[in-house]
Amino acid sequence: MNNIFAVAGVVIKELYRRKDFYVLFIVTILICLVMASVNIFNDAKIVRYLKEICLLLVWISSLVIAITTTSRQIPAERENRTLLPLLAKPLTRSQLVLGKFLGCWLACGLTLLCFYVFFGALSASREHHWPLLNYFQAAVLHWFMLGVVVAMTLLGSLVFAASSSNSTICFVVVGSILFVARHLDQVALTLREPLRTVIYSIYFAIPHLELFDVRDLVIHSWPLISWLYFSLALLYALGYVAVFLTAACLVFRRKAVN
Amino acid sequence: MTPILQTQKLRVEYRSRELRQGTKIALHGLDLEVCAGEVFGFLGPNGAGKTTTMNVLLGFVPPTSGSASLFGIDVRQPISRQRIGYLPELTYYYKFLTAEELLRFYGKIFGLTRAEMDKRIPELLKLVELEHAANRPIKSYSKGMQQRAGLAQALINNPDLLVLDEPTSGLDPLGRMKVREIIQRLKNDGKTVFFSSHELGEVESVCDRVAIVHQGELKAVGSVSEVTGRHTSLEKAFLEIIGFQSSPTL
Repeated sequence: MNNIFAVAGVVIKELYRRKDFYVLFIVTILICLVMASVNIFNDAKIVRYLKEICLLLVWISSLVIAITTTSRQIPAERENRTLLPLLAKPLTRSQLVLGKFLGCWLACGLTLLCFYVFFGALSASREHHWPLLNYFQAAVLHWFMLGVVVAMTLLGSLVFAASSSNSTICFVVVGSILFVARHLDQVALTLREPLRTVIYSIYFAIPHLELFDVRDLVIHSWPLISWLYFSLALLYALGYVAVFLTAACLVFRRKAVN
Repeated sequence: MTPILQTQKLRVEYRSRELRQGTKIALHGLDLEVCAGEVFGFLGPNGAGKTTTMNVLLGFVPPTSGSASLFGIDVRQPISRQRIGYLPELTYYYKFLTAEELLRFYGKIFGLTRAEMDKRIPELLKLVELEHAANRPIKSYSKGMQQRAGLAQALINNPDLLVLDEPTSGLDPLGRMKVREIIQRLKNDGKTVFFSSHELGEVESVCDRVAIVHQGELKAVGSVSEVTGRHTSLEKAFLEIIGFQSSPTL
């Protein structure tokens, strides 16, 4: 475990020393700040719309941070050849993959924590209402969804040589899952065999990231999700993380790194 | 003496993705033994198979057939690298880290405790004369400083075997002299050093034994005097062994 934590530590150190990460982070916070402080049309109910827009922005930013950060991890190590002195140490390739995953996921978690604390403080200052458990459920589900995205991107970075192509593919896949996946079963019903089975198989095989989108909990202060379903959703995410990471370890184990 | 680095009938084939190029054989059944306490020079022209041999020894490339072991452990086991230090030909380190952070990171991977690192890191930085730059990011270092930081990371675990891939490549005469001094000091401390180089004068001055590879095959192995033989220098012996003939017009 020490090796995994050591690699994760370097990933986090790299992130906070990179300027592009800060720029995205600060720009998101600034936009949220400006939007939340403007009272458009002088209407008190507009706060909900502003909250929705701000949370959408937080979602987009977190996905951009997760995908761009993760997709360059191993390709950059190969390109800069820092992989050679690293793998010349008693470090297994699986430990390297797990360390990269942990580093990126923790970095996403820290970013989300900042976003949600900032957003929560801002909206509470306007509404004088602190739905802490709602924020907790929304943030934790969001973080676990990012775990699936990070693991999937890490697998992609081992399959595709260039980090830019991997990032693009991951954005398309994640976007498609979030917007289209929930409708695939209905689409399958309208099709004939064997296409119907194919679409159904895809529907059941892909990780349904849209299940983790519970922004309405925060925006409309909906009642809490049952803790049982909440835990099952976390297990569902962990299952997909395990599948993607196992595949990544298997792919990386067979690769020559000269 | 028991060899601590051993290859037996080591063969490596690279399959080209382009069908027309087929398979390239990088090593043809290489048999090599390096014993404890030796400084062993691994020589050969470009493309001879030196780096491929090192890549197999370090687990970067799997052998097609044959075997390779370090301290009697198959190189495919990561634990075989617990007692080695490796310096690549060019400096490849995390530029955003300082030398001290880099050494701490690699120290953690070797399982060193915080107390061990607190003692070892200042010693190493002193050895490679980087104490004054320990807290500067590596990206601000000159090439010579980066190479010395590389040497420090190769020594973090106090290795019994050092694998150095052209350690003086691209360094100025002062940098080369410092690296040579460090190798000499390691030799005096009883460490085993396995290194590849094109600097035959340097090899002659520090090595106990040398091996010459050419086109993936071992052409000669023995002490410097044995390999030099009837020739006046190792360079002349090397040129004859690899079959080099100077152009009559030159």
